[in-house]
Order: sequence, then structure tokens, then C-alpha cells
Amino acid sequence: MGMTMTQKILAAHAGLESVVAGQLIEADLDLVLGNDITSPVAIHEIEKMNVEGVFHKDKIALVMDHFVPNKDIKSAEHCKCVREFACKNEITNYFDVGEMGIEHALLPEKGLTVAGDVIIGADSHTCTYGALGAFSTGVGSTDMAAGMATGRAWFKVPSAIKVVITGKKQKFVSGKDVILHLIGEIGVDGALYQSLEFVGDGIAELSMDDRFTIANMAIEAGAKNGIFPVDALAEEYMKEHSKRPYKIYEADADAEYVREVVIDLDTLQPTVAFPHLPENTKTIDEVGDIAIDQVVIGSCTNGRYEDLAVAAEILKGKKVKKGLRVIVIPATQQIYLDAMEAGFIRTFIEAGAIVSTPTCGPCLGGYMGILAEGERCVSTTNRNFVGRMGHVNSEIYLASPAVAAASALTGKISDPREV
Amino acid sequence: MKANGHVFKYGDNVDTDVIIPARYLNSSDPKELATHCMEDIDKEFVNKVQQGDIIVADKNFGCGSSREHAPIAIKAAGVSCVIAETFARIFYRNAINIGLPIIECPEAAAGIEAGDEVEVDFDSGVITNKTKGTSFQGQPFPEFMQKIIKAEGLVNYINAK
Repeated sequence: MGMTMTQKILAAHAGLESVVAGQLIEADLDLVLGNDITSPVAIHEIEKMNVEGVFHKDKIALVMDHFVPNKDIKSAEHCKCVREFACKNEITNYFDVGEMGIEHALLPEKGLTVAGDVIIGADSHTCTYGALGAFSTGVGSTDMAAGMATGRAWFKVPSAIKVVITGKKQKFVSGKDVILHLIGEIGVDGALYQSLEFVGDGIAELSMDDRFTIANMAIEAGAKNGIFPVDALAEEYMKEHSKRPYKIYEADADAEYVREVVIDLDTLQPTVAFPHLPENTKTIDEVGDIAIDQVVIGSCTNGRYEDLAVAAEILKGKKVKKGLRVIVIPATQQIYLDAMEAGFIRTFIEAGAIVSTPTCGPCLGGYMGILAEGERCVSTTNRNFVGRMGHVNSEIYLASPAVAAASALTGKISDPREV
Repeated sequence: MKANGHVFKYGDNVDTDVIIPARYLNSSDPKELATHCMEDIDKEFVNKVQQGDIIVADKNFGCGSSREHAPIAIKAAGVSCVIAETFARIFYRNAINIGLPIIECPEAAAGIEAGDEVEVDFDSGVITNKTKGTSFQGQPFPEFMQKIIKAEGLVNYINAK
């Protein structure tokens, strides 16, 4: 029986000719990732293990991004713990203030993730690197610790959903709309324990930034991972950013899929997920009149260059609605610099938005944009759960950077094609 | 190995943000995390929960973040087992790895109400609702998962090997 792309990568890393869905395997890891929230727990666990050091000092990435620059004493203590561990074990890829970015934007940019890799990360959005044709998945801190110690992890080989993308997207429709639409179709547990395998001629229409956004939110459909085929655009990206060799895997023609979903870019509309689940989607024309208090443009989902570019295009020469707080967060230092050179930062500040150093901050209700009771936010982040960005009676509407920027001008959820 | 306790009942898609809100993730101390467990979905949980109590929920329990702090908070609050129709996959892995017993059983999720006294036999997978006098067959843990749970987590299990 044929294998999916995910199954082929897992088989190769387990030293097996082939694998089938449901099989338990142990695979070699190319990269183990952690952040300032999950790494301290992993470090505590690895210290309890009877092991010397880590399996490979170049194959571990520790990124201080969630509560950084530190928001309080406790988070400072967490970072100190990770910093000392990185120093003691001579971890090559330790990223602290000044070098750090939001992990899932930073690692591909630094060339640490390439096609054919098996990557685990103690952060649920680790699935982002599927955009490059890697198998990557989120795990907890104990799995991270075991991965750092041994360079291996056990997996149950996932069955797969085939997501066929066709057509050509319209202006102001982006990868965010693709993934929100998909989650709306299949639900927040629609791909539970499964992989989302993206295929189809429409992929050629999607930029790398679009693909990172789509793979990033595979977890919001419950998926183990999301993965894209490696085309010329992905190869160009990897050659530009990485010195590491990459390996291209292709699904077999007779690979088995438990379900097929088709997304037609020709008819795809800007899409918004209403509180309190990413599956509560409406197209922009169905939204109605929703007044908002805050806009956040950023995160591992939508803090990349193209996200800032489209927001700047909409905001240029205009002012954000009086009384609205608009927070823009470039995901990495490089993106910040590129946005500055392109004039986007000036555009944002002149429009009345603020621009922050890279941080996950508001996305998970950490800091830098917490909501009060009854407040509403349009956010380009990835989760709109109860209390996610602040008070349990606040509301998050997930949308693309274009919808967020348009909403910033009007003070209510708005269609970017109409502002 | 058995668990026995009274039930706290929740619905679909109980996410890790309500199990342990991120505003408390500047700590990784189990005791401190336990004092905020389920705070955003059930403010009374931490006041009412007794050692050995059981959480029963519908589908996709533990969806969202990979934070191991979520099962850690539940375990440190005294919960002896979580029963759900289905679990989100990262939560499932994390729970096993830290030694929090969890069991998937749609029939039990439907047939158990808040406050019921429930017993779970991990060897057989049988879930008994003592209050209602009914029982359900959940999936028993594979042997290696039972060993991890008995060792109170993956790390102790690896060390003991």
C-alpha cells in the first residue's frame, strides 16, 4: 500500500521501508524546540534523568519568545533557567532578547528547518514547518526532555486527510482565509490524530508566508501535522535561508486518505472566526455590525513580512479609528528591519498604531494587549478560546491581516475590499 | 490499579487555556498551578475538588496549547483520572508522560453526571458509575502506558528501566 508524504518521512526516520497508519514507531529527530514557558519544565525533567548532557548541541533550539522581554520576576526566572541550561550544554541555537523572534517565524528564517526533517517542539504551533515539506509536530515538555536527551521520540503513524487547493485567490484573500475556512469545514477536532496533506494546483498561488500560516494552524483542526509538497518556491526559500541539505518526499499515487476536502481559491472570501472557537467561521459578508476595542496584527500565525505589507497597504496615509488600540508585532528582528526599510513601520505609527518588539505576548494573554471585561479584539493570532487574551468575558475574532487592518480603520469588523 | 471519586462534568472542547490560563504560566510549580486549575471554566473547581475526584468531559478534551502545565495542574489538584469521549492528541501524550491516567469512552462520557461517584479499573478498562449502578467498557491501557503511570511519569519510567 502506498504512503502519504508524512508517512514516508516518518518511515525514513524510523529506519523502516514502510509504515502504516496506527503503527507505533520510534524516529530520529532533526530538531527539538522549546520556548521560555515549556523549556523550564523540560529542563527540570531532563535533570531528573540519568543522562549526560544533550544528544546534539546543534539540533536543539531554545527560543525565548512568550513572555520576553520578561514581563515579571517569575518569567525572568524561567528565562534565567533556560539561559543557564543553554550555556552549560553549549546549545548553538539559543535565541534571547536581541536575536530572538517568535519561534515559528524565526526557525525557518534562520534555516534550521528544511524539507524532509522530523521536528518536535514543546509548542503546539510547531506544525508550522510542514510548509517546507517537513514533518513537525507539537509535544509537551517531557517529550521535549526525552528528545533533548536521546534524539528520538515515539509516534503513532497518522492517517491522513487530503486537502485539495484549486484556483486563484482574489485580492486581500490570504493563507489565513484558507485555513480558517478549512477549520470551519472540518471542525476543531476534524483532523484529530491525523495529518493534513495539502495538494493541488492552487498551492502555486500561495506564497511561502501563506503556507506557513496554513500549516501553523493545522493544530486548530486537531491535526498532528500539516504538510505541503516541496515545489520550486519552497526550494528557493530553503536555498536562500539554509545551508542544510534538504530531502524531498512525495506521496505515493496510491497513498490512502480517510477523507478529501476541496478548497476553491476562486470563490474563497475573507473569513472570520467568531468567539470562542476557531471553527466558528463566517465569511466577511455574513459578519454584521461588530464594534471592536483592539486590533492585534502579529504572532507565529501572521507576523511575517507579507502580513505587515498588506496591513501597511491598507493603513497607508490613513488613521486608525479614534479610541481603538492597534498593536502591530513583527515576528522577528529581520522582519522588523525589512518592514522598517519598506516604510511600513512609519505607516503604522503615523496611522496611530503601536509597533512592538517580537513577542507572543497578547496572543496567549501574557502581556502587551490584555483585554478587559466585555472588550472585543480582531486578531491575526490563532486561538479565540474563552479568556485567551484576557478577561473571561472578552471576545477574540480571528482574521487575516487585511481584515484586521481594515477593521482598524473603521472600528468594526470590516471587508478590506471596501475601505 | 483503580481510581475512585466524585465527578466534575464538562462539555466539548475544554481547552488548555481554561484548564490553566497562560497568565499563570510564569510558574511551573505544580502546587501553584493547581490553585488556578479550571479557573476560567469553573471558578468553584479548586474549592470543591477532593483527592481522588474524577473529571468527565465530552469530545476533544485538552485541545489547544502543548502546555504540560495543563495535565500537571489537574493531577496536582488531586484528580485521579480524566474520562472523555475523545482527547486532543498533545494533551493525551502529556497526560501519559506525567502519569495522569486518562481514558477514552464515549458511553461513559454520556452516561455520567456531575457529582456521580465513579470507579475506574485501569487493568480492565471498566468504568463503574456507583451512583447510577451502571458500567462502561473503556479502552484498557496498554502495558507500557500502565507502567509509565505507575512510575508517575515517563522520566521515572525511563530511569527505572
